[in-house]
Amino acid sequence: MSNGHSGSLIRNGTLASVLLLAVFLAAWEWGPGLFGIPTFIVPPLSMVAREFVHAWQFDHLLFHTGVTVAEVLAGFILGSLLGALVGYLLGMSPTAEFALSPYILALQIAPKVAFAPLFILWMGFTVYPKILVAILIVFFPVMVNVLTAIRGVDPDLINLARSFKATRAQIFWKIEFPTSMPPMFAGLRIGATLAVVGVVVGELVGGNMGLGYLLTFGEGQADTPMVFVSIVMLTLVGGIAYLGVILAERRVLHYLPAQTARRSF
Amino acid sequence: MSVVRLEYRNVTMRFARSDGPGALTALNGVSFEVHDGEVVSLIGPSGCGKSTLLNIGSGLAAPSDGLAFVDGERIEGASAHVAFMLQKDLLLPWRTVIENVMLGVEIQHVPPAERRLRARVLLDNFNLAEFSGHYPHQLSGGMRQRVALARTLAVDPHVLLLDEPFSAVDAQTRMVLQRDLAQTLSRSRKTALLITHDLLEAVTLSDRVLVMSARPGSIIDEIAIDLPQRDDPIARRREPRVNDYVARLMDRLDIVHAVIEKQAAGGAI
Repeated sequence: MSNGHSGSLIRNGTLASVLLLAVFLAAWEWGPGLFGIPTFIVPPLSMVAREFVHAWQFDHLLFHTGVTVAEVLAGFILGSLLGALVGYLLGMSPTAEFALSPYILALQIAPKVAFAPLFILWMGFTVYPKILVAILIVFFPVMVNVLTAIRGVDPDLINLARSFKATRAQIFWKIEFPTSMPPMFAGLRIGATLAVVGVVVGELVGGNMGLGYLLTFGEGQADTPMVFVSIVMLTLVGGIAYLGVILAERRVLHYLPAQTARRSF
Repeated sequence: MSVVRLEYRNVTMRFARSDGPGALTALNGVSFEVHDGEVVSLIGPSGCGKSTLLNIGSGLAAPSDGLAFVDGERIEGASAHVAFMLQKDLLLPWRTVIENVMLGVEIQHVPPAERRLRARVLLDNFNLAEFSGHYPHQLSGGMRQRVALARTLAVDPHVLLLDEPFSAVDAQTRMVLQRDLAQTLSRSRKTALLITHDLLEAVTLSDRVLVMSARPGSIIDEIAIDLPQRDDPIARRREPRVNDYVARLMDRLDIVHAVIEKQAAGGAI
């Protein structure tokens, strides 16, 4: 019975979603004309689609997207690795956490994207300042989640492992590390979308590559359709990054009850 | 008598008070022995230091004073000859049933083929063979507790320390689990120290029951249970003499007065 319920939920929900998309696209195409909004304020869908083809052929859209994707990937991977590493280290050393927590908090409160101009001053108009902003912005959600997870491990589980004469390394790999996986993935999901934000801000501030650059270029030319194309592409990049994390999470956390897994989506 | 497997010699345990200066004495000069193949129960009011005794036995805590021995060797840190089991099943959700059973032997570097064999035999004994590939969340509370017992036995310990292992399951499941435990203990001639609040459980499962006082905990009585069929607690329950033992334990624990005093003092029961 519950299967039938969830089946009809998925069917009706999907139908409503598709309908909503159709309405949205139609409003985009004919809405501006209907309300007399000029095309340089809101270009209709068909104009944006034409601009997409044009940008693909003449403005190296694929190249710029590729640059952004590479920066996002590099920033996300390095940022999460670093965040996880520091999270585990601080999680296992209460003294270190106590000593470092005010600085961590300060860094966490500081708006990371504000560092972008500074990094560009340091490293020039290269891909590195963009990656660095992404690393910084991805670092915190992953670190905080891993740290909290390590802190939250049931002490009885640790005692159980100790009673079997487990070494410190065995306790980590058999108990603490797997326990930290669900919260870590929650952090990675946040990180995947934030990585795109970090990279785009870096590209907006300086450089001549990437979708963020295309965005400012379009703005400078008052080429609204190009701005729209860039936004759509950035959303796509963020969406794919998020989806990648979800797929990895499904594989790693396959043991969780289906209900929890679905709710967390 | 036979070999002494577990011994506490004048064990005292003091903890630093969390609410002020000074020390809190949890255990005061506790001495007793558990012989090979014997099942001994510890009963006493909440907070009398029963679980502390168990932590000392498993090497997770060192006594402030006194000594504890397993197989005649002083306990200093965890021993491969002792395994414990708690009220919580402590199963790892990312491991299947058989992988959970193998946790201890895996940590102790038993060769993989041997691990799997031991786990299979235990799961067979507990009628869990068909669930070996399941994850813990797919099992009932009673089954999870049996998996935890199998994990405890997989390391082939000489001494089992059991801290209210069945208090979280319903009454009927508990009787079945008690029988499974009793049969396993007598078949494998394992030594066990069982902490319980359930007087009937203490009487039906044990050879001896030790009664502890309120904090600072010390042993105030020792009652030998002279009943047949220690391997079948369900049959033992039908013995009329069980009631005499339970009544005697109730008297020794002074249950009615203790509870009323606690209420008068505003404490939770």
